[in-house]
Amino acid sequence: MHTGVESPQGVWWKPAHRAERRWVVIAFVWCMVLFAMMPIWHLKGGQNPSGIRAKVEPTAFMARVQEFINAYQVGEEAGIPIVAPPPGSDIYLLAMQYQWRPILRLQKDVEYTLHLSSLDVNHGFSVSPINVNFQVIPGYDYGLRVTPTAVGDFRIICNEFCGIGHHLMLGKVIVEEQGGAQ
Amino acid sequence: MNGTFRTCPTTGLRVHSQADALIKANAVVATVTLLIGGIAALLVLLTRWQAVHLLGDQMFYRMLTVHGMNMLIFFILFFEMAVLYFASAVLLNSRVATPKLAWLGFVLMVVGAALVEWMMFAGKADVLFTSYVPLKADPLFYLGIILFAVGAIFVVSIFFATLVIAKREKTYTGSVPLVTFGAATAAIIAVITLGHGAGIYIPTFLWSLDLMNVDPQVYRLVWWGLGHASQQINVAAMVSIWYLLGALTIGSVVLNEKVSRSAFALYVLFISMASAHHLLVDPGFGPTWKVWNTSYAMYLAVLASMIHGFTVPAGLEVGQRLRGYTKGLFEWLKRAPWGDPGFSALVLSVIIFGFIGGITGVTFGTEQINIIAHNTLRIPGHFHATVVGGTALAFMGVTYYVLPLIFRKQVAFWPLAKIQPYIFAVGMLIFSTAMTFAGTFGVPRRHYDITFAGAPFDVQFNPSVDLVMTIMAIGGLIAAVGGAIYILVTVWSVFLGRPMPQEA
Repeated sequence: MHTGVESPQGVWWKPAHRAERRWVVIAFVWCMVLFAMMPIWHLKGGQNPSGIRAKVEPTAFMARVQEFINAYQVGEEAGIPIVAPPPGSDIYLLAMQYQWRPILRLQKDVEYTLHLSSLDVNHGFSVSPINVNFQVIPGYDYGLRVTPTAVGDFRIICNEFCGIGHHLMLGKVIVEEQGGAQ
Repeated sequence: MNGTFRTCPTTGLRVHSQADALIKANAVVATVTLLIGGIAALLVLLTRWQAVHLLGDQMFYRMLTVHGMNMLIFFILFFEMAVLYFASAVLLNSRVATPKLAWLGFVLMVVGAALVEWMMFAGKADVLFTSYVPLKADPLFYLGIILFAVGAIFVVSIFFATLVIAKREKTYTGSVPLVTFGAATAAIIAVITLGHGAGIYIPTFLWSLDLMNVDPQVYRLVWWGLGHASQQINVAAMVSIWYLLGALTIGSVVLNEKVSRSAFALYVLFISMASAHHLLVDPGFGPTWKVWNTSYAMYLAVLASMIHGFTVPAGLEVGQRLRGYTKGLFEWLKRAPWGDPGFSALVLSVIIFGFIGGITGVTFGTEQINIIAHNTLRIPGHFHATVVGGTALAFMGVTYYVLPLIFRKQVAFWPLAKIQPYIFAVGMLIFSTAMTFAGTFGVPRRHYDITFAGAPFDVQFNPSVDLVMTIMAIGGLIAAVGGAIYILVTVWSVFLGRPMPQEA
């Protein structure tokens, strides 16, 4: 018997004690269970971060967002356009220092493809209060298939530090019943 | 600069004077950076606690940058450099290879760190610890990190060279001790880490001079090869210190060299893949890449930690039983030296790292849970349990042995030192648990004001968030008291303390 600061002499590659062997087996089996759950959740789980991923020029993405706003704008709040896109369409959200653009008005239980990207630096897309988070990176279009499941007013917090006005960067998503006030 | 040897009266080890001096220098600088990072921690805490909300927005982000750089890079790495000299030269009775280059490495690290501190305090690097491109800092900030990393690469190389010298000069017989083996795995992971650091900060430095472009997603990928992998150096170093503290405090035994060393080897092979944990909800990578990497290749690095989580406590038990504490199931535990801060720090570090840090880390590292955890306070809740409750606490514990054995000073304020690990551990436990809970309500990390005063809309968090954040602040303050006691005890012992009786 020796401690961890003493040099073991001769051959130390010896069979482990029964208790130790058992623990290693239990731990290994548990690791395999954990690992198996990862692809199983990916296939069976309700939400995944996969989506459509593509590169995009930040200015091109901004132009696409502006086109989207021009087509479906229904109002304005706090200087930010409110957009009510048709059910099931591709919808766009641009992150920029220090604003989420536009405000989205969506319908409950309808699937949209939400395109996220940034004009300038990294931003964090965090829906409050339901707590769903994604990274928004300039030059990358993150197309997530989303289905709102609850009616209400939601906030989009920026949760990646993006500069001195980071804590003021707040967006909004409104979810209404299908066929509600348009 | 060849140095002489002294024989340690307690352990009988032959200690090279250059090893002595290098360990002291690195430990002192580590403590200074701990103090800077600790003051920044307190300021950040008192700002996030909305009832106090101490700093202005700009100063908050600046202090958050200062806190991250000092704690996660400077304090930890300077301390680990000291650990590397100890585990090579001291434990193997050897001289330090090329002491001149060792000092050059130390100077490079200090100059690099000083440059980074200057840029941060001058307000030219308000980019936080991660400095994600294209958020830009002053070029000197990136240059400082590069110099620091180059210095660290020198020290790691000298560690390997010292292992070779000790072997060639036959300063020990048999194989290297387990603690040295563990430190070697930390050093190998350090090479991987520092390679990533150079790989990302050299292009970023050139980018800051408008000489090239850096893709923001590629930056995140390579940067986390530094940012997360550097915390894996900590894991390997911390586990080595667990074995070291076990040996020093109660003569804990190594149950089986094969098992413990194989577990360390698993760290080298798989743990660096954990960098992918930061990219689970990024647009740049597909699900297969994410699942494979964030599972550390089927959780084989987690297996390593689970093995150490068994062998370290079991080694303590067997060690105690050999000393005669054999009555019943738990006499060995009851009669353990709970008043020895080295021992209590060891036990508390194992518990906090394993049960809070490890479990949160492994669960957040899955696609679905990461969606509800990414960039919320759950993330700092996790890594304060691993890096602070685990690694920093273990480092504190071993300091109570470094003081008498290397600095040859008695530990000052012994009654305070005895309770320091408990205060610090309880504080960190409350702090990181409360932080994790706050994150489950979606409270963002790195955020100046969750009341969103001045923002275009209002935000309603769950009403319990206020309570949880207050508990977090109280835990943080308790931990800060523990940290302050540690700094008081170490600084006083080193500069004003009494020498060890046999040396006087």
